[in-house]
Amino acid sequence: MPEQLFQFLVTGITVGSTYALVGLGFALIYNASDVVNFAQGEFVMLGAMAAIALLGAGLPLPLAAILATLATVGVGLLLERFAIEPALGASVVTTIIITIGAAIFLRGIAMLLWGKDFHSLPPFTGDAPIQLGGATVLPQSLWVLGVTVALVVLVRLFFNRTLIGKALLACSFNRAAAQLVGINVRMMLRLAYGLSAGLGALAGILIAPITFSSYEAGVMLGLKGFSAAIVGGIGNPMGAVAGGLLLGVLESLGAGLVSSGYKDAIAFLFVLMVLFFEPTGLFGHKAAERV
Amino acid sequence: MKTGFWKSIITATLLVVASLVNAAEPIKIGSFLTVTGPASFLGDPELKTLQMYVEDINAKGGVKGRKIELIHYDTGGKAQDAVSFVKRLIQSDKVDLIVGGTTTGDTMAVIPDVEKEGIPFISMAGAVEIIEPVKPWVFKTPHTDRMAAAKIFEDIRKRGFTKVALISGDGGFDKSGRAQVLKLAPEYGMTLVADESYGNKDTDMTTQLTKIRASGAEVIINFGLGQAPAIVTKNIKQLGIALPVYQSHGVASKTFIDLAGDAAEGVRLPAAALVVAEQLPDTDPQKPVLLAYKNKYEAKHGPVSTFGGHAYDGLMIAVAAIERAGGVDRAKVRDEIERTKGFIGTAGVFNMSPQDHMGLNAAAFKLVEVQKGAWKIIE
Repeated sequence: MPEQLFQFLVTGITVGSTYALVGLGFALIYNASDVVNFAQGEFVMLGAMAAIALLGAGLPLPLAAILATLATVGVGLLLERFAIEPALGASVVTTIIITIGAAIFLRGIAMLLWGKDFHSLPPFTGDAPIQLGGATVLPQSLWVLGVTVALVVLVRLFFNRTLIGKALLACSFNRAAAQLVGINVRMMLRLAYGLSAGLGALAGILIAPITFSSYEAGVMLGLKGFSAAIVGGIGNPMGAVAGGLLLGVLESLGAGLVSSGYKDAIAFLFVLMVLFFEPTGLFGHKAAERV
Repeated sequence: MKTGFWKSIITATLLVVASLVNAAEPIKIGSFLTVTGPASFLGDPELKTLQMYVEDINAKGGVKGRKIELIHYDTGGKAQDAVSFVKRLIQSDKVDLIVGGTTTGDTMAVIPDVEKEGIPFISMAGAVEIIEPVKPWVFKTPHTDRMAAAKIFEDIRKRGFTKVALISGDGGFDKSGRAQVLKLAPEYGMTLVADESYGNKDTDMTTQLTKIRASGAEVIINFGLGQAPAIVTKNIKQLGIALPVYQSHGVASKTFIDLAGDAAEGVRLPAAALVVAEQLPDTDPQKPVLLAYKNKYEAKHGPVSTFGGHAYDGLMIAVAAIERAGGVDRAKVRDEIERTKGFIGTAGVFNMSPQDHMGLNAAAFKLVEVQKGAWKIIE
């Protein structure tokens, strides 16, 4: 039993780190504009699908991954320029609805481009499982975990230590005031969309060897990533990661110890409880105090 | 006088034209498929097949001189949409019969309307409940999940195993398949030592498989569709579980092998002969039909799957029935579909009867194993 429990935990952490990685992207755009970008899952999907397509066209994996990430950044910038920016004065709700529309649009484009089949990306460093005590883990999961940790540190440094990062945060707290002190709000918004598109694409490419990808893959990943972000306190990158890991571990323990039929119910019940008792998320308060 | 002459000429011409138009009025075949959404990998090849063959039939002069008009709606896998589309097909499009219904959920939802209106309906969904008990106007072309479960159990019994672990998804196909496995297990002397499930969009099933590993199972059966069975297969390898693995006919497409990669080696499943058409002996009457469909489909759309084949079977059975009935009278067409005998389709040889609205027997399934990245018949 302890051995089983260990495997449940390991599974939970590896699954949770994929949620965390997607959740990070939500946090970034929220920080810049107070908007929950529901096209974030589609950025994840686009990154994975573009990398798969480029790999299929004969490019080596690292190059395909870089180009796919850049292409997704391009899509993020276009989305900001032609869908978000024209509605700059609109309410947050309007902008959120625009992102939902954009998500549907991107999904449609992906379907036309790459069809409806599932596609897979080869793992970066082989398929041989690694033994960890009594549990096994795929090398690709370690990649996901490692990159998540690295990105969290980078994102945190970016927001706390760099002028641009702080300017980005300032835009979210008070757009008018930010503009008055000389921050180019439009530029910041573009930066946020570009960055989170890139982050999403990177997540998609890392996850694709484990979960596969299709034009619809962004829906589920987006939903789980969003849950991770709100559990942890949206806007707090560390919170998104903690929320993602928590969600993953809960799902896995729920399936392992209670019943696999109720695992999602258990995880979402927990999300509801968190929001009920801590409406700002587990780490939400800290985010408010930071500036 | 002169104007009267011209008038009568024009009237006569109009009458002739009108009667010609009438004679060539197309046969309307209605269809509702899941072309988008989670089950799109089923509905997409089905629609492509229907369109391809309707075009083909029309190019050859149609059925009894009448062209076929295909009227299609995409349900997106939503049963409530299927119901409203079928109502529209019957009431405003006034179709002569319906060939469609990608999923069991969509199909079961429209049956009350189909039965009430009395319109022939050939479904492409898997579950046995569609034709059992027999519903007068409802037929189906794919094998049932009960046949798949039986085929799997036969092979397990042959290999001398008795302890079975089941893992299945949360879709209609999965649940219906699970029910058949649970029902048939005692008949084959099998004990079910684990019964796990997963969400069809889940990305990791190692937790469930860890429990299965501890259950003392001798074989693992996975009933599922789409990418999830490929993930299950990969996770089994990741955990180092060395048990024989059986999948259902739901994954009988090249996509499964591509996704699961090396982990798919040795996986067995019951599949329609379409995926192993080239390996059939030349004496097999199905072989030319299969190869013709496969080549035609692959020339235009890429790798063939058994799902498109179900649409081919459905359309051809319908067309043959209309030809025999000499028209589109609903009751006559229904009777003729029921009289389908010895029709060689992609799923097998169809012999329908008033008691059997599918008409396939167990021989229609081949047990295949993945060997070196390809399907291989192992009987």
